[in-house]
Amino acid sequence: MSELSELYQQVILDHNKKPRNYHKLESANRVAEGHNPLCGDQLTVYMQLEDEVVKDLSFEGSGCAISKAAASMMTQSVKGKTRVEAETLFKEFHSMVKGELDEEAQPNNLGRLKIFSGVRDYPARVKCASLSWHTMHAALQGEEAASTET
Amino acid sequence: MIAPEKILESINTEIVNIPSPFESGWDVRRIREDFPVLRQTVNGKPLVYLDNAASAQSPQMVIDRGIKYLQEEHSSVHRGVHYLSQRATNAFEGARERVRRFINAREARECIFVRGCTEGINLVMHGYGRKFVGEGDEILVSAMEHHANIVPWQMLCEEKKAKLRVIPINDQGELLLDEVEALITERTKLVAVMHISNALGTINPVKEIVRLAHKQGVPVLVDGAQGTPHLAVDVQDIDCDFYIISGHKMFAPTGSGIVYGKAELLERMNPFHGGGAMIRSVSFEKTTYAGLPDKFEAGTPAIAAQIGLGAAIDYLNSIDRVQAHKYEQELLAYATERLAAIEGVRIIGTAHEKASVLSFVVDEVHPHDIGTILDQEGIAIRAGHHCAQPLMQRFGVPATARASFAFYNTKEEADKLADAIEKVIEVFS
Repeated sequence: MSELSELYQQVILDHNKKPRNYHKLESANRVAEGHNPLCGDQLTVYMQLEDEVVKDLSFEGSGCAISKAAASMMTQSVKGKTRVEAETLFKEFHSMVKGELDEEAQPNNLGRLKIFSGVRDYPARVKCASLSWHTMHAALQGEEAASTET
Repeated sequence: MIAPEKILESINTEIVNIPSPFESGWDVRRIREDFPVLRQTVNGKPLVYLDNAASAQSPQMVIDRGIKYLQEEHSSVHRGVHYLSQRATNAFEGARERVRRFINAREARECIFVRGCTEGINLVMHGYGRKFVGEGDEILVSAMEHHANIVPWQMLCEEKKAKLRVIPINDQGELLLDEVEALITERTKLVAVMHISNALGTINPVKEIVRLAHKQGVPVLVDGAQGTPHLAVDVQDIDCDFYIISGHKMFAPTGSGIVYGKAELLERMNPFHGGGAMIRSVSFEKTTYAGLPDKFEAGTPAIAAQIGLGAAIDYLNSIDRVQAHKYEQELLAYATERLAAIEGVRIIGTAHEKASVLSFVVDEVHPHDIGTILDQEGIAIRAGHHCAQPLMQRFGVPATARASFAFYNTKEEADKLADAIEKVIEVFS
């Protein structure tokens, strides 16, 4: 059992308190809503996608510290990435929080997103960490809604 | 995750000697001995189980009864002519009779076995609602209802072009009784309200609501999911037309529950599920239905679970429930006082009449984070919308944290809860 401090690291608490890219994006050409029907959390991801590159990205919504920090850092990590790079990062992040990727041993592009690895010890919280990523993925696909239950 | 051998190991942990600190004189230490699940550690700390409103733990008596049934008595009920079938039937019908006495129903056939309150309310929706509700009619619920007492009625209203109307509540989380009378019109076909709020703890004046509704000839369904765990319920005294019980919230296994309905109403209703056991005779041209309660009990029931419900009633009859209630009220008052004293904590639901359910929010901290941090301290609470999203909207919060106490919880556990919340605030400061 990992210590609590591994889940609620200072960086995560900081992003929870001061989420980055937390606003509506006027230039967005893709908007997707994310819902976690189990807990009622919801967020909106705004994406400006041009020539298969995520030019700009932001989010709004309510949720726990894990979901808010994950969304905040997701926008930072995905901004400027190509569609393919963003999808790869989504898959790697999802695998890591589900405990299917050893982020230290296997090659990946997660970088500072590795601080969310502790989530895998809290199965009930995996959906909190991945909601914004599912929603970003839906925006990339041109879908308007994402759910952790699909 | 905790390894299974760890759990087994921790089950052998000695019960802590906790004398009762309150005036009720409730011997909580002795009561805790009846609940084996409480004798374990979680994350290295003694389990503090404060999620009783979600599901209460079973005493040894209920567990033993289930084992005895499965080891010695199991068979299908109501069908076989053989020895075991008769024993199973006797045990099953014995549980029904226990329920009848427990809620003081006139007849055992007024007690229909269902899987729980959700199925029970759906039974009434299909059996009563789909038969008697038509276009332009109204169903009256309250603003504090659980989704189980909202969604079935919405589905009915959509199908029948009927209207769902809502009794408002005040900021303390109490029904505005003055509004009830005006909301009941000649179009109202049913009033459906909860006895005790799972999210707020409010004890609703159901007897008074029934009186107001009956003045205009409208039947009343009471969702008793949180009622029977905390209060002695007399359905004839309340005079409600339906009272729905969930077994696992009153120390019985999941999959057990009851729809109490007045016989004359149940007889006029449509059946619920079609199938075996609920028929008198079947041909391809026409089927006639069985009488009560069989008409509503298609298929092989959850025999072991319902017998467990009977055993839970035996257990509740074996303790002093008046004293237990007094003790729960003392616990609630104490926990409320401790939490209210913490800066940044706001209690949601401050009704004058409350059961031992304590919902709260902490400034700048989402309830899920509270739940995870408390779990590290071995404390089990519920964090979320409590299947009452309209109620959360009423209070302007997405979710709350909820500690719900049973008569086996202790003052020391209330202290641990308060200390852990202080720790939460520290982590997030």
